[in-house]
Amino acid sequence: MAVTQLIGARVQRREDPRLITGHGQFIEDHTLPGLTHLAVVRSPHPHARILGIDGAAARALPGVLAVLTAADFHKVLSGSMPVTPAFAPEKKYVPERFPIADHEVCFQGEPVAVVVATDRYLAADAADLVQVTYETLPAVVDPERAMSAGSALVHSDGPDNIGWDMTYAGGDIEAAFSRAEVVVKERILQQRLAPTAMETRGVMASYSPYGEQLSLWLSSQNPHFIRLFVSGAMGIPESRVRVVSPDVGGGFGSKISPYPEDYLVPAASKILGRPVRWIETRTESVMTTIHGRGQVFTAEAAALRDGTLLGLRLTQVLDLGAYHGTFGAFQACACLMSGGVYRWEAISARTVGVLTNKVPTDPYRGAGRPEGTHLCERMVDRMADELGMDPADLRRKNFAREFPFVNNFGLTYDSGNYDGTLDRALELSDYQGWRQRQAGAREAGRLVGIGLSTWVEICGFGPSAATAGATGGIALVESAQIRFLPSGSVAAYVGTHAHGQGHDTTFSQLVAETLGVPLEAVDLRHGDTAEGPAFGYGTYGSRSLSVGGMALYTASQEILAKARRLAAHLLEASPEDLEFTAGAFTVRGNPQARKTIQEVALASYGGGLPEGMEQGLEAVSHFDPPNFVWPFGAHVCVVEVDSETGAVEILSYTGVDDCGNVINPMIVEGQVQGGIAQSIAQALFEEVVYDEESGQLLTGTMLDYLVPTMNELPTPKLDRTVTPSPTNALGVKGIGEAGTIAASAAVINAVCDALRPLGIHHVDMPASPDRLWRLMQEAGR
Amino acid sequence: MIPAAFQYSKAGSVKEAVAQLREAGPEAKVIAGGQSLIPLLRLRLSQPSHLVDVNGVRELDYIHPEGDLLRVGAMTRHTTMARSELVQRHLPLLAEMAAQVGDPQIRARGTLGGVIAHADAAGDYPTLAVMLDATIVTDRRRVAARDFFQHLFTTVLAEDELVCEVVFPVAPGPHRYLKFRRRLYDWAIVGAAVQKLDSGWRVGLTHVGPSAVRAAAVEARLQAGATFQEAAAAAADGLEPPSDVRASADYRRHLARVLTRRALEQAA
Repeated sequence: MAVTQLIGARVQRREDPRLITGHGQFIEDHTLPGLTHLAVVRSPHPHARILGIDGAAARALPGVLAVLTAADFHKVLSGSMPVTPAFAPEKKYVPERFPIADHEVCFQGEPVAVVVATDRYLAADAADLVQVTYETLPAVVDPERAMSAGSALVHSDGPDNIGWDMTYAGGDIEAAFSRAEVVVKERILQQRLAPTAMETRGVMASYSPYGEQLSLWLSSQNPHFIRLFVSGAMGIPESRVRVVSPDVGGGFGSKISPYPEDYLVPAASKILGRPVRWIETRTESVMTTIHGRGQVFTAEAAALRDGTLLGLRLTQVLDLGAYHGTFGAFQACACLMSGGVYRWEAISARTVGVLTNKVPTDPYRGAGRPEGTHLCERMVDRMADELGMDPADLRRKNFAREFPFVNNFGLTYDSGNYDGTLDRALELSDYQGWRQRQAGAREAGRLVGIGLSTWVEICGFGPSAATAGATGGIALVESAQIRFLPSGSVAAYVGTHAHGQGHDTTFSQLVAETLGVPLEAVDLRHGDTAEGPAFGYGTYGSRSLSVGGMALYTASQEILAKARRLAAHLLEASPEDLEFTAGAFTVRGNPQARKTIQEVALASYGGGLPEGMEQGLEAVSHFDPPNFVWPFGAHVCVVEVDSETGAVEILSYTGVDDCGNVINPMIVEGQVQGGIAQSIAQALFEEVVYDEESGQLLTGTMLDYLVPTMNELPTPKLDRTVTPSPTNALGVKGIGEAGTIAASAAVINAVCDALRPLGIHHVDMPASPDRLWRLMQEAGR
Repeated sequence: MIPAAFQYSKAGSVKEAVAQLREAGPEAKVIAGGQSLIPLLRLRLSQPSHLVDVNGVRELDYIHPEGDLLRVGAMTRHTTMARSELVQRHLPLLAEMAAQVGDPQIRARGTLGGVIAHADAAGDYPTLAVMLDATIVTDRRRVAARDFFQHLFTTVLAEDELVCEVVFPVAPGPHRYLKFRRRLYDWAIVGAAVQKLDSGWRVGLTHVGPSAVRAAAVEARLQAGATFQEAAAAAADGLEPPSDVRASADYRRHLARVLTRRALEQAA
């Protein structure tokens, strides 16, 4: 790599001046001449048969252009919304899903009709006037109840509610448990979470019959996949569909999969011959945007008295909601990652996907890895508790230390140094000091606890061999195109997309350094299927740098190779005699003979090129990673629980992570800090609650769905170690989900540690004051 | 925000506001700071036919000490009360409460009269008004606070009646208001206010029932010489608090006792 100072530099985010001065361009900032507005009529019931829909009163309102139902949409849309194999390829029951309910609604919020009007207020008024007659049907919202015999059916024509039921066997579990000297068991809940991106979803579509062109603007983490799905459903050639995803105000996984509105809005535009826009309200967002987590684990771990871990047996009951999320089975990766950073003789993990009358679940920041980590780290702490060992010592005793490390399910961890991050985290957090202070606090009757989380994740999706099957045919490689323009400015097109990650900055740093041009010369472009390579694979699963960044890197190398040949031609030297430093080719031993790469770029558009060389200086590259990447780290949380109110105060939070080489440390810190915040939110605050009997959503506003603010969150102490990944030339891993994967276990382990003197060994999330007070009451009896 | 359609008019005086309300009829609503009303409009839970905006009624934005009384105009914003030297001197508990309402943006907009007229179970000022025997002054009458609040979101106000002022007793003595909440900007799950007067302690509770509660049993025990602990044990007597996703009724009763004791300890 060229030696400049950009990679590893704390470059200020280039996108921020635009975003923080209100010049970002989100879906609602886009308009078109003649724009119309769509509102969705949604089911108020978790399960009901539709007996009739009367749109007459709505149609009678001046300015209302149409009231459309499934019958209308069947004329322009076909097929069922996509479901990928992901980590549960053996599905038992996959209900068909048309974007709008036909005869039966299966969750509260499912679309029943849409209204299109000349303004948004009118559309909302008219939606209120659509009369839908329902016959309510029995509903079930609890996944364990839904999987039991005799449960109400989520779909009245379904065989049962079981989406999948399969077991991952990693070693001889019976043999491992037969040697057990100690066994601990636990039941661990992963409550449903609402992603609550700051920008809710939104779609604007314009269908033109002239040449049958469809333009679609939507807030998406992967516009190319949306183009593939929508073009298929509408029967329009993929090449005639353009999907533009401008600035995206957060996603956290909730803007990966296609949604009903992604089909209904363009279909309405085709039916009406007018551009149509729909913007999701916050209440619609909590009710109908995918939820994350929603799992119940039962687990038992076996060990020897000396702390040697033997076996882990678990069952994951995954609350699918009323339909499979497109990537819903991805969350079964909790099973594959349940062994964490430890050596186990055997792990047996059963995953059961269960349909319920609720909005579908799908990947949410971390997706399966926070759940796997939380489970593993809770079980290890339970074991330490049972053995009377310091949880740090038990962890150290069982760490994987030889890399590449192959886990029980055959996944190969590329590189790691788990002792390094743990040692640093214990030092930075003053672990021993806190243990002493904890002893003093306990004597004074105060409930102080210290929790650890030593985590590893699988990310950088992913190698074509592993992912082509998991998506149902499209491997998750990544593409990039880099093009020098004659003036020397560089357009870099990537198939990833940013929704807060700062790719404008980091990817430009990477390109500028690799090509030896000033940062200002690089223009990073993404989010528009009409630009760049044929297909981009999107941003999720902490993949953008290790896959997309590598595609940029390999495209840069192709450009450098061509530029070298052209520079040699211009300097009348042989390519092997050129050196490339600081953005210029010089002839070895003759520094006067020099061409900057920008001069070479200009020359590439001129005449007199070498024999056989085409004009221009550009390259398209696809990067197919040889393996996933495996970031890791160690987090330490210290809490105090108010023994009277159950309120949890975080006294100290420390995270030491390792994501390999780093392009921009400031952005890495921001990602870790945000991830920790989101995971503390799960540990202590957030929970989507449905009424068990009525199936009604009880947390439909931000008043009841408790997203914490900066006032409730600690400023974590952060540090890093650097263990480069051997699987890519940049030595990078991923960091977007790390904090979310690590923190919930550290917080809950700390809460459990605080409550241990009361005989409390486990606490579910969110560890709300009310819940802790009840546990303390029960323990005191 | 996509509220249902409504008419809108701006009033410049109490007289104008009342006239506009009368003309607009029974489905009209007053909008002051809008910090409670706007979310209800947004969710279409409230669909008034007409909003009378009283933000221009400057005559109701004042803080007047008058002998043993502190008169505060209905359009006085939370921030104004929190920062007011007069309030801090004559009724510091009001300043303390005002400083704990919502976030800075809410405090800059929300008003004393708005909170009183809205009568949310989690509103803070009704607790103060009830425990201190304040008087609510409207455009046409004076009502004792204990008679003013009838139920959740329900007061004695007529459809065209406007809250103009709250008259509090001056009380510079020991005091404390503790709000238990999950997030700094949230409503109280439970709140406990205590104020020492020459005649003894006054104790009020927020969000433990449909309306603000004066904890008379606690006051009586204190009067009889009970310790704070003993007195606070009576804080939940007779309460029927709500159960919701935030907290169970039992937990709210427990909080009422804990917060009352802590408030007394911290005030003393």
